[in-house]
Amino acid sequence: MEGHRMDDLARIPSSQCAKVFIPRDYSDGTTVRFVTKYPPELDGRIDPKLLQQTVITLNSMYCEAETLSGKTYCESCFACLTAYLSYICFSTHYEKTLKKIKRYVEDQNQTVYVPRGLMVIDPVERGLRTLEICIVTEVNAR
Amino acid sequence: MKDNSYVAVSTDSPSRMTAEDLSKMPKKIRNWQVYPGKNKFCCDGRVMMAKQTGIFYFTCALIVITSGLFFGFDCPYLAENVTPAIPAVGGALFIFVMSTLFRTSFSDPGVIPRATPDEAAEMEKLMEIPNAASPGHYRPPPRTKEVVIKGQVIKLKYCFTCKIFRPPRASHCSLCDNCVERFDHHCPWVGNCVGKRNYRYFYLFILSLSIHCIYIFACVLTHLILREYECSISVRLKKLVLVSLTLATIVEAIICFFSVWSIIGLAGFHTYLATSEQTTNEDIKGSFSSRRGQENFNPYSQGTILKNCMVVLCSPTPPSLIDRRGFVVPDSSQIHPVSDGVVKEKESNAVNVKHESYGSTTVTQQKSTTSVGTNTAVDKTPVANGNSTGPMTKHDMIIYQTPDGSINKKLPAVNGAYVEPPSPPPEYTCIAMDTVAVPVPVAVTMDAVQDHVTVDMDAVVSPEDGAATCESRGCSTTNVSV
Repeated sequence: MEGHRMDDLARIPSSQCAKVFIPRDYSDGTTVRFVTKYPPELDGRIDPKLLQQTVITLNSMYCEAETLSGKTYCESCFACLTAYLSYICFSTHYEKTLKKIKRYVEDQNQTVYVPRGLMVIDPVERGLRTLEICIVTEVNAR
Repeated sequence: MKDNSYVAVSTDSPSRMTAEDLSKMPKKIRNWQVYPGKNKFCCDGRVMMAKQTGIFYFTCALIVITSGLFFGFDCPYLAENVTPAIPAVGGALFIFVMSTLFRTSFSDPGVIPRATPDEAAEMEKLMEIPNAASPGHYRPPPRTKEVVIKGQVIKLKYCFTCKIFRPPRASHCSLCDNCVERFDHHCPWVGNCVGKRNYRYFYLFILSLSIHCIYIFACVLTHLILREYECSISVRLKKLVLVSLTLATIVEAIICFFSVWSIIGLAGFHTYLATSEQTTNEDIKGSFSSRRGQENFNPYSQGTILKNCMVVLCSPTPPSLIDRRGFVVPDSSQIHPVSDGVVKEKESNAVNVKHESYGSTTVTQQKSTTSVGTNTAVDKTPVANGNSTGPMTKHDMIIYQTPDGSINKKLPAVNGAYVEPPSPPPEYTCIAMDTVAVPVPVAVTMDAVQDHVTVDMDAVVSPEDGAATCESRGCSTTNVSV
């Protein structure tokens, strides 16, 4: 339900607003990371440091979701032993982290971005291809 | 009204939707029902497979029949005369094999969802930059992007269908019409692509199947040999009864004997791939073999064999990025804004027109000619108009509740909420139709479209450019329609 609320929030303005896309950073392999460079389109709308902070936090969260730790190793081995039937009952570490990221994005939107007329869209809604930022209060710039 | 329109949409569905399915379905439409790729969905989107699944059923039948014969004819004897552990181990292996097979076949291999219209427009804009720097040259826009991964330069190709730069290791599967992450290959035997999300299951399937095969073969041989001894010792009469039993056993032995080699070979090959953290695709292309004096290495390798295996087998399972069971939301980004959107639309459209002319000057860019036009939401309408393509139709019908009057005529309303056309200005219609015109092979309203296009061409491109563009566009349309 939370997700739906977020969707509604994100979709109402998305028709009229300009969008800024922060692409993926592949320099360290195929793990999910976004470029921390400040996009010039957002100039004057938000402090570069704040945006960078968000992107870095997101990157670290995705990194945490994807790296092979003891916990995920045990999880995978257990699933393998049960012939992957355990996945029917339990959600994976990655899924839990994605939920965490969704909450984080929502939180950041409420505290940082929406007051500045921006809106960050959870990357998973864009297939983890880009980090999309909507400029909600577009004063018909172009 | 609502019900009628709903049926109209669903009968065009590529998947097997029956009337009772329809009645059972909620009013809302799920994402898998409007999915643009050529996939088959079952169980309300829980199961995702490739379109052709014939060989998959053959695989299933082969495994189940062989195992069934084994459990039916060999196991009772072996459990009695050797050890009851034999059917137990066999059963466990069988469950594991089937479970991994179904996981491989029924799960999303790691499909990268297609770009949203806004994203695609942005991409077009970015690709336009090098051309804008030198307006005199009609150079095809760069369709590759280079990224450096751990010091290794990797070329990313632009996918015309998905409107994205394919991430490293991703490839477009022509059979499923999807970009798949860490694409390994399309396996007709399991009836699905093998990619990032199901490679592990596939590998374990191959591995366990080869073990299962050897196991059955060994048990069958033991059975035959023991029987032979027994027969020579005991009464000859018994042999008559045993003929049918032996026949089944021999059938098993033959199936196992012939299949075991190819399966073991495949398992060995994939073990090599897993230890070196490569995909079949990369191995065949020789992506990481040194050539032309260039030092090439695999940037995805973790360094050691053990680590690579761990990553392949134990790394966290990535989630499915296509929300198959989510509900279709009338995405407002699909419905083109009327107010300030017109300006933006025109901008991105101008880009399209140019690409199109570039594209058709070179033969190799033909594909771009067809697809570049299809980058905004509106342009998928021709497919719906033509009613010619099965799988795309439904998707388009739902997406295309655009505020364009002409389109709405052909499309039944899905939901009163988003059919409402907010009376577009005439200029908007022109632009929208232009994007429609280019890729239309079977557009019903071709003539009308042409008119619109010419009008728009003049508006967007300078007269001489416009002439060139029209010409090239003409050729592109003929190409497509053939």
